[in-house]
Amino acid sequence: MALASDRIAAYAAELDKAERTRAPIGPLTEREPDLSADDAYRIQLAWMAMRRERGERVVGKKIGLTSHAMQAMLGVFEPDYGHVLDTMVVPPGEPVRLSELLQPKVEGELAFILDRDLPTPCTVLDVLQATRLVVPALEIVDSRIADWKIKLPDTVADNASSGRVVLAERGVRPDQLDLTLVGMVFERNGEMLSSGAGAAVLGNPAAAVAWLANKLAQFDIQLKAGEAILSGAVTAAVEARPGDLFTARFGCGLGSVSARFE
Amino acid sequence: MPLSRDELEAIAEHLLTAEAERREVPSLAKTHGELTLDEGYQVQDEIIARKLEAGDRLIGWKLGLTSREKQKAMGVFEPVYGALFASTLLPECEVKTGELIHPRVEPEIAVVMGEDLEGPDVTPARALAAVRWVLPALEVIDSRYQDFKFTLPDVVADNTSTARAVTGARPVPAEGLDLATVGVVFVKNGEIITTAAGAAVLGDPAIALARLANHLSRRGQKLKAGQLVFTGALTAAAFVAPGDVVEARFASLGSVSLRVV
Repeated sequence: MALASDRIAAYAAELDKAERTRAPIGPLTEREPDLSADDAYRIQLAWMAMRRERGERVVGKKIGLTSHAMQAMLGVFEPDYGHVLDTMVVPPGEPVRLSELLQPKVEGELAFILDRDLPTPCTVLDVLQATRLVVPALEIVDSRIADWKIKLPDTVADNASSGRVVLAERGVRPDQLDLTLVGMVFERNGEMLSSGAGAAVLGNPAAAVAWLANKLAQFDIQLKAGEAILSGAVTAAVEARPGDLFTARFGCGLGSVSARFE
Repeated sequence: MPLSRDELEAIAEHLLTAEAERREVPSLAKTHGELTLDEGYQVQDEIIARKLEAGDRLIGWKLGLTSREKQKAMGVFEPVYGALFASTLLPECEVKTGELIHPRVEPEIAVVMGEDLEGPDVTPARALAAVRWVLPALEVIDSRYQDFKFTLPDVVADNTSTARAVTGARPVPAEGLDLATVGVVFVKNGEIITTAAGAAVLGDPAIALARLANHLSRRGQKLKAGQLVFTGALTAAAFVAPGDVVEARFASLGSVSLRVV
């Protein structure tokens, strides 16, 4: 049975408070063992509505759980998504402040900067045609749920564990590279942590964006021109500590993106 | 106690017989005692000499234990080096498991040298400048030891598990390539097994090449123009069985596939 709307609003307010006070809460699924993914999305949307009322703006979307490893860990077979708000975007060169976050981890990704609205049903070719630039991105994921003890509905309600986003200032047009073969080297303080290629993201990062466009159609939401879509982590997320400098370097002329934590 | 000449030859014979008879043997540490790393390379030299005597040709070199994961697993900070022979390189994109013990396949970036490269003190930039072509490659490794269980000197003695190798058909000039960020997608039977970038090899395949040149210099040798180098596995090795098809797709380099029969 679907969750009553007052409960949806209450959980949204609880997540909002957890983020603002940086005091994590217990998993929602411990109190609502039957919490469905759909209800979790309703909580997320209610939370985002609260934030928009306070003046925050939606500037993009983020896709999560795009790797087989992450999906296996949470026992799911599809990705999830969250909203990127203007307050989450850290300009390149500016530090990411740990004092504003709870338990952040860092991931290297490809972001799609759209210059057209995406149609639905949406295909990979629609995504490529609507993309002005593909740019290197670092996503700083964070969880309002204590110790990251999340099940799928927990992270979905928690805006797909959103935190901060750093987008590189330049990118490459989608007809200038093969997104499945783009290499990424993920480094912390100059030391290589992991490497991967675009195909690690659902076989093709553009397929992840198409998935999102189709998923959002269920909620009457469209991916819009001007939005930045974070397509999903290429390699596993790594915990951020004070003083850390993370860099994701990409092949095919994409360049790199860095974030310093203080 | 250092290995005597007789003992060294006996170990080389033992490993060559295992290879010829496609029979796995226990780790040398169990059958012949602990070797030093240098003794491992002396056995390898003996194996190389015997293969050349039998009419094979040395066509280049390969690196092993180049990934952080493998080095951590073995507790080492240095890659290992082995020889590639004309008989190693498959003429077609097909490998016969009947000729091998328990083969596994790894995607690699291979290079062909455009000029000699002689250590010591070769830098990655100098190494890269000596490269003529870069090629997508698959290496078939086949340790002669039971269950791929060996010590570092053991695997060196066994010519670093070298068995078969194949490269893509199209050589790509090395100029302008950033090998560290070249992406690779490793596919088995149409399914993506894993992905990586060139940096998975010691941070950059050019670093691997420089270290190989410096290693050869310590053994009185050098990399020669025309030689082929397999720079090291980009991902963990895939188990294969007859009927499998494995493929490595690279950014900028194209792809290479191998049918397992």
